[in-house]
Amino acid sequence: MLEAVKEETTDFLALFSNRSQPSPQEPLWLQKMRRDGIRTFQEIGFPSTRDEAWKYTDISPIAQTEWNIPQAADARLTEEGLARIQFSNLSAARWTFVNGVFMERLSSRGALPEAVRVSTLAQAQKECPELLERHLARYASREEPVFHALNLAFLQDAALIHVPPGLIVEEPIQLIFCNVPGGRPHMTSPRVLIVAEENSQVSVLETHLTTGSGVYFTNTVTEVFAGDNSVVDHYKVQRESDEAFHMGTVHLHQQRNANVRTNTVSLSGAIIRNETNTILDGEGGWGELNGLFLISKDHHVDNFTRLEHRKPHCDSREVYKGVLEDQAKGIFRGRIVVAKGAQKTDSKQTNNNLLLSNEALIHTKPQLEIYADDVKCTHGATIGQLDRDALFYLRARGIDEKAARSILIYAFASEMVNKVRIDALRKELDDYLFEWLPRGELVREAV
Amino acid sequence: MLEIKNLWVRAGDETILKGINLKVNPGEVHSIMGPNGSGKSTLAQVLAGREDFEVMDGQVLYQGEDLLDLAPEDRAREGIFLAFQYPVEIPGVSNTYFLRAALNAIRKHRGEEEVDAIAFLQMVREKMKLLKIDESLISRPVNEGFSGGEKKRNEIFHMAVLEPKLAIMDETDSGLDIDALKVVADGINSLRGPERSIIVVTHYQRLLNFIVPDFVHVLYDGRIVKSGDKNLAHELEEKGYGWIEKEIAAEQPVA
Repeated sequence: MLEAVKEETTDFLALFSNRSQPSPQEPLWLQKMRRDGIRTFQEIGFPSTRDEAWKYTDISPIAQTEWNIPQAADARLTEEGLARIQFSNLSAARWTFVNGVFMERLSSRGALPEAVRVSTLAQAQKECPELLERHLARYASREEPVFHALNLAFLQDAALIHVPPGLIVEEPIQLIFCNVPGGRPHMTSPRVLIVAEENSQVSVLETHLTTGSGVYFTNTVTEVFAGDNSVVDHYKVQRESDEAFHMGTVHLHQQRNANVRTNTVSLSGAIIRNETNTILDGEGGWGELNGLFLISKDHHVDNFTRLEHRKPHCDSREVYKGVLEDQAKGIFRGRIVVAKGAQKTDSKQTNNNLLLSNEALIHTKPQLEIYADDVKCTHGATIGQLDRDALFYLRARGIDEKAARSILIYAFASEMVNKVRIDALRKELDDYLFEWLPRGELVREAV
Repeated sequence: MLEIKNLWVRAGDETILKGINLKVNPGEVHSIMGPNGSGKSTLAQVLAGREDFEVMDGQVLYQGEDLLDLAPEDRAREGIFLAFQYPVEIPGVSNTYFLRAALNAIRKHRGEEEVDAIAFLQMVREKMKLLKIDESLISRPVNEGFSGGEKKRNEIFHMAVLEPKLAIMDETDSGLDIDALKVVADGINSLRGPERSIIVVTHYQRLLNFIVPDFVHVLYDGRIVKSGDKNLAHELEEKGYGWIEKEIAAEQPVA
């Protein structure tokens, strides 16, 4: 076993040394960060299911695949081609990355105020190297560092979003990570860095999409720094190919009175892991974690969340809902840590799951670690099938069984859809649901 | 309209209905009364097609056809309506849109044209006015956060919109204050007509002060043990269900 693990690591090390070198202008600190990344990876290696944090997610298919790093965005993707993909057109302000590489042709600033900076990695190195150095990889947690280290080593392109103090950005900023599979299996290592200075407000939407079926591996990291009294809404929608792997980490660092919501919507992918790590690092903060995973076939979604109350008087709300059919497998780990001084913490965590077939599977594990004595923390998890009473009620009104089931699944999922504050996204999620549900057209009429 | 012949029903190992016979003609209002656990709600739910119960024996004819073979939705489309004892909350589904989908499913089945949203809303407003039901019920999700009284009123509202041929009211009067009770009673009375039959399942005689039934049946231990006119309800109110129990005990042959 050890030999095998080593061999897998060796493949990645070879990939690292053989990759085309980043630009010679790359600052030294970033070069060092890459080297540190590959070293950390070499030291720890890939996790196995014997590790508690990876018990239900076997990533050996990722370790065993021979990956290729695309050197340029796939030029075949046209504006029309992109527009045909659901969730690709949710804001006029959008930055598109194809196979991990920024593609200017498919990007536009929309009506974003001049003062909002959105830069790719190369642009940021030129235009605002200090800002980049001050924030990049400063917030990522070390709880499960392997894929983060790997992301740093192979970091290819990034979106740096900087909102200056006091600026309210009304238009959501969309980051499209579109994969064009079909050739050799490819690996991308994108990164998002959102810096919202004090009293600012911004809404960022990441969509991870594909043009078709095929094997690829997205290893992505998002870091959010929310300054004093800022408001940040972050969305991540995953609609990857049936054969795709997605290891994603979102780190949210909240200063005093910051109000941050992150919403993760997982719709497809062979193996998806969403690590979400929120740190409430100033008094009066509001942290909200919302998740919806709606999966079928043999898709696998692992939501590995951690929320830490470091300072007093912060509220947090975490709601994850899963709908699983066929042989789909879902995991929810919700860890809440209340540090010693974090008095008057008010935290609530909920995980509800709907299993639509006998083969679908869910593991749910809430974890509370409380070191303060004046706090209010609740958690609850449910796993169930559709409510028989509700089914009978709908059918007794004349709605056929399939439609009744669809209505109830919609009702279950719509709670999460309704938490979305970007109208265009909410509408597309509804459309997605109506397509996904067996009697979606009737549900569209009935809700 | 409806003919129940020697109906035996069980849930799991427990036999609940033990040979029910009942005939309901068009235009008639029947009241089925009985103590808790006598099988009233089971009878109501079996007629609407609840699959948790197993029919062991007997036959139910609805408009001359075998009812028990039909799925719940097909019974609804054929004109059977069950007002639930415990209406179910369905968050995320609008009361109005859902009801329109239900009405259109029924209309489609009858070969009638579907009702569009505007015509439907107009119709809904009229019905609500007629039934003195608060318009806020229109925009809220089905039964979500409704009070007990609101839920029962909503059942009456659904019934008024769907205009069934056979309406079965399962303890629609239970737990209501007098105002809500009047709304429920008015709703039922407004549906009365020569083509429509109504079965009112109730534990209390109180509702029957407002809805005068043509027939009253007493259900006890899974059987209809007594039938009569509205006076039987008054007698029950005076003497209580204990009176029936004693009478039955007296009829039992001594072993």
